[in-house]
Amino acid sequence: MNNQEKEPLFSAKNFNLLTAPLNKNNPITIQVLGICSALAVTVKLKPALVMALSVTIVIAVSNVVVAALRQYIPDRIRIIVQLVVIATLVILVDQILKAYAFDVSKQLSVFVGLIITNCIIMGRLEAFAMANKPWQSFLDGVGNGAGYGIILIIVAFLRELLGSGTIYGYPVIEKLGLYSIGYENNGMMILPPMALIVVGLIIWAQRGRDKSLIENK
Amino acid sequence: MENLLNIFIKSIFVENMVFAFFLGMCSYLAVSKTVKTSIGLGIAVVFVLLITVPVNFLIEKFILKKGALIWLGQGFADVDLSFLTFIVFIATIAAMVQLVEMIIEKFSPALYNSLGIFLPLIAVNCAILGASLFMQEREYANIAEATVFGIGSGIGWLLAIVGIAAIREKLQYSNVPDPLKGLGITFILTGLMAIAFMGFMGIKI
Repeated sequence: MNNQEKEPLFSAKNFNLLTAPLNKNNPITIQVLGICSALAVTVKLKPALVMALSVTIVIAVSNVVVAALRQYIPDRIRIIVQLVVIATLVILVDQILKAYAFDVSKQLSVFVGLIITNCIIMGRLEAFAMANKPWQSFLDGVGNGAGYGIILIIVAFLRELLGSGTIYGYPVIEKLGLYSIGYENNGMMILPPMALIVVGLIIWAQRGRDKSLIENK
Repeated sequence: MENLLNIFIKSIFVENMVFAFFLGMCSYLAVSKTVKTSIGLGIAVVFVLLITVPVNFLIEKFILKKGALIWLGQGFADVDLSFLTFIVFIATIAAMVQLVEMIIEKFSPALYNSLGIFLPLIAVNCAILGASLFMQEREYANIAEATVFGIGSGIGWLLAIVGIAAIREKLQYSNVPDPLKGLGITFILTGLMAIAFMGFMGIKI
């Protein structure tokens, strides 16, 4: 690990940490982590964006904290230590949301609290931060947060556009005048089951493009 | 009594943890390859929910809520600790899981052997924390309601994971397009099951 000391901040390896989770190592579609909260907040773009941002902040900061403390955390109680670090950060995020974005905080309801048990965060802490330096862990955290965010935003974009006919609250379909020629919103898209099916289709598209990701059973 | 039954049915079918709120999806997807293991995990979840939801209900009622500390004296009437909810709930859950694990190990080694590996995993299952947070948000009136809600959510989760595991076992004989194999088809199946479960919407006793 010492030979990494003189590495430039954005070496190819570090840069890869940041970009791999966006596609080849995406936390949701490939690592299967953090699905719980990902689906419930994707009815509209705005809560999805806020959620993606909150998770990215929590994961990046907790990665740095745990990576900095990794030599002092006894192995047996590491889960509790990690949970405390995460829970503290989530409380901060929750209080900030309540203060500055109350309506979004109401929409997200319990799902802000559920960032604590979001498996992406625990997963990255266990798999990466416990064994790497703070700076690499920070990049890994931001990368995974962004990878999670991308899926959230794609799903939320499709669900909002097809289900409510708006994009980020802006009534696109109405402005295009599609309602007057008989277009109807697909109410199904707002309901929970469609989130699952949309993610399933994203996985299909991604694996169809890149055959190396296909699971062999 | 009718009220309790209503909460019970509602938490199993109408507000199913997996199909309506996507809670506990991570272990739901990871452990649902065979029916046998998924029954083990499902029972462990029911068990832990049965204990943690009422315990967190008491903590919420007597410690965290605004004015809850009044039993300590008039001076505590204005104390509001509700911002500590997350950290206290997750600590309670982690401690309870550990406790349950030790008790089962002591008194029923057979059950411990079948649940063993799943119990530690449960501490970070979002369905457990989610149930406690929903319990807080919905403001159940008394401990009986909270307990029934806990059991109901657990059974709902058990039902979901056993259902998908049974389907996945049969799926091995189906011809699924390559890119959809594994995760993709599981998502779509869960979506279809969720649509079926929506048929329960509006049930009231």
